[in-house]
Amino acid sequence: MAQRDYFGLIIVAVIVTLIPRLIENEYYIGILVFTALNCLTCMGLCLLMGYAGQISLGHSAFYGIGAYATGILTVTLAWSPWIALGAGACFAALVAVVVGVPSLRLKGHYLAMATLGFGAIVHIVFVAAVDLTGGPNGIARIPHLDLFGIELSTDKSFFYFSWAVVILGLFFALNLIHSRVGRGLRAIHGSQDAAGSLGVNTARYKIQIFILSAVYASVAGSLYASFVNYIDPGPFDVMHSVLLVTMVAVGGMHNIWGALIGAVLLSILPEFLSELSDYFGGVGISYNPDYDMLIYGGILLAIMLFLPGGLVEGIRNFLRFSFNAVAKIKRRAFS
Amino acid sequence: MSSGGSFTDLLQFIFMGLQRGSIYAMVAMGFNMIYNSTGIINLAQGEFVVLGGLMMVSLTMSANISLPLAFVITVFFVTIVGILMERFTINPVKPPTVMRLIIITVAVSILLKGSAMCFWGKESHYMKHFSGTEPFEIMGATILPQTLWIFGILIIIVAAFIYFFNFTMTGKSMRACSINRDAARLAGINDRKMVMLSFALSAGIGAIAGIIVTPIIQMDYSRGALLGIKGFGAAVVGGLGNSIGAVVAGLLVGILEALGGGYISSHYMDAFALLILLIVLFIRPSGIFGSREASRLKEF
Repeated sequence: MAQRDYFGLIIVAVIVTLIPRLIENEYYIGILVFTALNCLTCMGLCLLMGYAGQISLGHSAFYGIGAYATGILTVTLAWSPWIALGAGACFAALVAVVVGVPSLRLKGHYLAMATLGFGAIVHIVFVAAVDLTGGPNGIARIPHLDLFGIELSTDKSFFYFSWAVVILGLFFALNLIHSRVGRGLRAIHGSQDAAGSLGVNTARYKIQIFILSAVYASVAGSLYASFVNYIDPGPFDVMHSVLLVTMVAVGGMHNIWGALIGAVLLSILPEFLSELSDYFGGVGISYNPDYDMLIYGGILLAIMLFLPGGLVEGIRNFLRFSFNAVAKIKRRAFS
Repeated sequence: MSSGGSFTDLLQFIFMGLQRGSIYAMVAMGFNMIYNSTGIINLAQGEFVVLGGLMMVSLTMSANISLPLAFVITVFFVTIVGILMERFTINPVKPPTVMRLIIITVAVSILLKGSAMCFWGKESHYMKHFSGTEPFEIMGATILPQTLWIFGILIIIVAAFIYFFNFTMTGKSMRACSINRDAARLAGINDRKMVMLSFALSAGIGAIAGIIVTPIIQMDYSRGALLGIKGFGAAVVGGLGNSIGAVVAGLLVGILEALGGGYISSHYMDAFALLILLIVLFIRPSGIFGSREASRLKEF
């Protein structure tokens, strides 16, 4: 891990401890819990998209698998939520192997469509397997998680816990990027054939990252189920997969911090916009959640057209450009 | 009697499958058209179908415009959307990496979906059938007049397609571009224009598919994704880029889906077509009608 990354982790930790002191409103804390879960999923997806160069348009399926594993195992079989979380992650990893081994041989558009089809099938199973998943009615009364005997039943306690998991996930991902595996992955992204000829086992790395990203998503899904205590198929559809890809792409898929920032920005954006419209309500501008899709689509399109490296890279380039410009002016002034 | 009854069921499922399959076939033709000229899979293809259907509902049910005129206006409108998409989102992308293009077509599909939701709302829309709802009876199975319209229009489109690509200069130029773009350019073909044309035609076919299927399925804004994936399934089964293969594969996928829904489980009906897509992608990505060598697996 680079020194910069440790610095970043500390900043995240400080912000997380400060936020509940600044924001009293339980509703906003809840939104920030969902933000943390999106961050977790997006980190895994970023490893897959930005580092291994493979797109997945079906990641909400793994998110859903985690959530349903927790829901089914804790409610129907009365397992501990922790064991359910682990079991969900193992199952998601298994599914990732079954789907990933043949899919990752595919490239580009084929892979996108295969993962899209996979995500759609899993969503159909959530809706149709009524005996197991409760169908459209979902599963209610999912128990809270408890940590060292303390039940994480308040939004605030879960807020700390979920962000602690994010920091842990971030720490792991950053270490991975700066390891042999990470360098191998970047080589794959550059050129799969060149990496292969240098002895990087491309197929194996890709499948490992796919499994890892599935586990990240599954853990996020399990936490979602324990936090909301109720799940139905709604949040695990194809649209959510697309939204996850949007978050990663907007922040910048070649940088794990970019994915994190993208996830945070897009998770709180709808809330921010509706707040803003309440503020401007007097002048006849009102925001309505129906516009979310237009906003997300517009942002994604604009970023992909004008800043294909994402926001983080765009800002970095802009800063570098302005530093250089300032330096040039200085040099000219003094010479 | 029971065997007669089961035969009637089978026939009924096949009719239903052919009707669904015709739509997949048309979506698949749209995919192929853009794929052949650019190597892109347009993930917004399903949205063209939705847009066509919803626009037609508004024109015929609310504005009371006559069917043929509304048909022309709708196809024209969606074609313009396709052209705008190419001009503003595909054409300016340099360098056109696969990941970036995939995400751009995804972004366009979200935008179109979001616009459709804001404009037409979340409810599904009823549209009058083209010529009544009095079903015909064929050997005990029934078939709606609208289904016959769908078959008829599919046949007309395939015929027009064959004519266009084999007997017109523009069609031949498009084919030349899909075979070898540089060589086509050397021969004086404006390849940029051909790409635009392929988006226009593909949007137009999507719109027609949406118009003819809306009376049966009652269109709503969210149907694009599934129609798109299933149409892509048909395109892959038929061998990506092979449009006649796509038509046969579309009908086949529709029939298999209807049989699966009828005999195995109606809850999982939508999953069957997707399962076929995954199996074909995993086992034989060149499609069952495309030879391995012939499939070029274009990737820019």
